[in-house]
Amino acid sequence: MNWLRDFVRPKVKKAVSTKDIADNLWCKCPACGQMLFSKELKKSMYVCTNCDHHLRLYLDKRLNMLFDNGEYNEISLPKIKDDPLKFKDTKKYTDRLKAYRKETGREDAIIVAQGDIGGVTSVIAAIDFNFMGGSMGQAVGEGIVKAAEIAIKGKCPLITVAASGGARMQEGMLSLMQMARTTAAVNLVKENKLPFISILTDPTTGGVSASFAMLGDVHIAEKGCLIGFAGQRVIEQTIREKLPAGFQRAEYLKEHGMVDIVVRRDEMKDELVKVISILMHKKPNLNRLALK
Amino acid sequence: MDKKDTMVLDFEKNIVEIEAKIGALKLLAEDEAVNIDDELSRLQKKLEKQLISSYANLSPWQKAQIARHPDRPQCLDYVNALIEDFTPLCGDRRFADDETMIAGIGRFKGVSVAVLGQQKGKDLETRVKYNFGMAKPEGYRKAQRIMDLANKFSLPILCFVDTDGAYPGVDAEARGQAEAIAASIEKCLQMKVPVVSTVIGVGGSGGAIAIATANRILMLENSIYSVISPEGCASILWRSADKVKEATEAMKLTAQDLKKLKLIDEIITEPVGGAHRDVAYMVEKVGEAISKNLNELLKFSGEDLKKQRTEKFFTMGRNLDK
Ligand SMILES: [Zn+2]
Repeated sequence: MNWLRDFVRPKVKKAVSTKDIADNLWCKCPACGQMLFSKELKKSMYVCTNCDHHLRLYLDKRLNMLFDNGEYNEISLPKIKDDPLKFKDTKKYTDRLKAYRKETGREDAIIVAQGDIGGVTSVIAAIDFNFMGGSMGQAVGEGIVKAAEIAIKGKCPLITVAASGGARMQEGMLSLMQMARTTAAVNLVKENKLPFISILTDPTTGGVSASFAMLGDVHIAEKGCLIGFAGQRVIEQTIREKLPAGFQRAEYLKEHGMVDIVVRRDEMKDELVKVISILMHKKPNLNRLALK
Repeated sequence: MDKKDTMVLDFEKNIVEIEAKIGALKLLAEDEAVNIDDELSRLQKKLEKQLISSYANLSPWQKAQIARHPDRPQCLDYVNALIEDFTPLCGDRRFADDETMIAGIGRFKGVSVAVLGQQKGKDLETRVKYNFGMAKPEGYRKAQRIMDLANKFSLPILCFVDTDGAYPGVDAEARGQAEAIAASIEKCLQMKVPVVSTVIGVGGSGGAIAIATANRILMLENSIYSVISPEGCASILWRSADKVKEATEAMKLTAQDLKKLKLIDEIITEPVGGAHRDVAYMVEKVGEAISKNLNELLKFSGEDLKKQRTEKFFTMGRNLDK
């Protein structure tokens, strides 16, 4: 395959994303309400210094954190035909797409990138929650499929980072089918005896949790993140009861056998390096500290 | 040992008395300028003799007591000392994570491995946490999951067996304890990687063999491995729990008896007085024994390892009196 053709030229405008926390001086912790100085927040990798709540992390920061020295190549994804159903709710789907593309500087809610993790060349497919709630439509599905193909060709581990509200309703059944397509993709990686590690972050729900994200050889979840199939409001309305504290959180999932490792954000890279290097029979690269 | 709340077995009493005297003497020597060297060396010699004679001819019942000693090194003592970068993995992806079943991946002397074993806990709090070493169906299903992972990534599997048995409870039965153990044995047999199981304390019945259907089965000198607990056997066959010593004798559950029956491969010598009297030494010895066996097994192909394992269990019992 032609590697060069698959790499995306870095986009300058990503670096100046309008919604970046760092651009505002203060940010309110969604868990404890404490006002946090954004410089401090950046230093703590977006973990509240008051209550230890792990705020949602911008995707480029996540990739910086996971790849050695923050270095990776983004892989270009096949262009998907927009809005196959000519969908319109209160707004046209094409308008929504346009707005999110402008806001995030990305085509859709997924990035596929390749780089070293603890010295082992790996592929990461990461979902961007800021793009329509990380919803999985054809583009996200295609990203996972492409990532799996590259992992298999390069004989390297596949890591997915989930952060998604579920299926993209605006793409109807084409969206539902991504559950099967992504499952088929990660299944191929597993059949090739390459590690598939699923990282679950806040939130991993709906169609994403009920497909590739729950099929990893190893599941690593970020402390306190929401993981589940049905939304909490739906469950509450169905059973007409208040849900217990901690329900559908990473720790709850671990207790119920669904997650291997729950980590703080600053431990994630080390755990990932350990798992990958052991499964790949490689000595971990000692220079494995994350770029913070 | 200078731990005050250590459990003292009957046949350890003489030893503990001499140890206490030595301790007192040492204390005295610190306070006053008395020369105690002679007395000390006399006592130390006596202690050595006492230890050797006490432990030379232990009865099966006494061995069972050592095997169950609360200070005996447990699964995690071995794992923490022998496995580098140990990464515990959790959950059966079905119902729960059973903390009793220690499972994970790491490196043993530089080789990537998977690890399984039961942890019993050492004080009330940890005993409750580990359910007294009795795994539930979800524990055995976690073990199966890790075995699959090991098989896929060519990781040898090291098991540390230490359980009175699988958990006997209504919830465990409801979730299919029997099926979970059966499937675990079957999974062991399907592995195309070396499986080395070491009975470090108590090998209690189905709960033990679920992770001991191995290419090599090693036992510590004073560990036991049996089809039912001595107490259970006494109450069923003798209809009296008081007959536990007789039952223990009859069951042939010691490492030495099982070696004679060719059901296990190797006995790992314990320090005089039992593994609990020198944990660091014990851990090292176990590491050496596993390493030796693993290196022998690593020469074979996955297919051969699987065949050998099946053959090994087919041969059991047929190879006696030869
Ligand atoms: Zn906070």
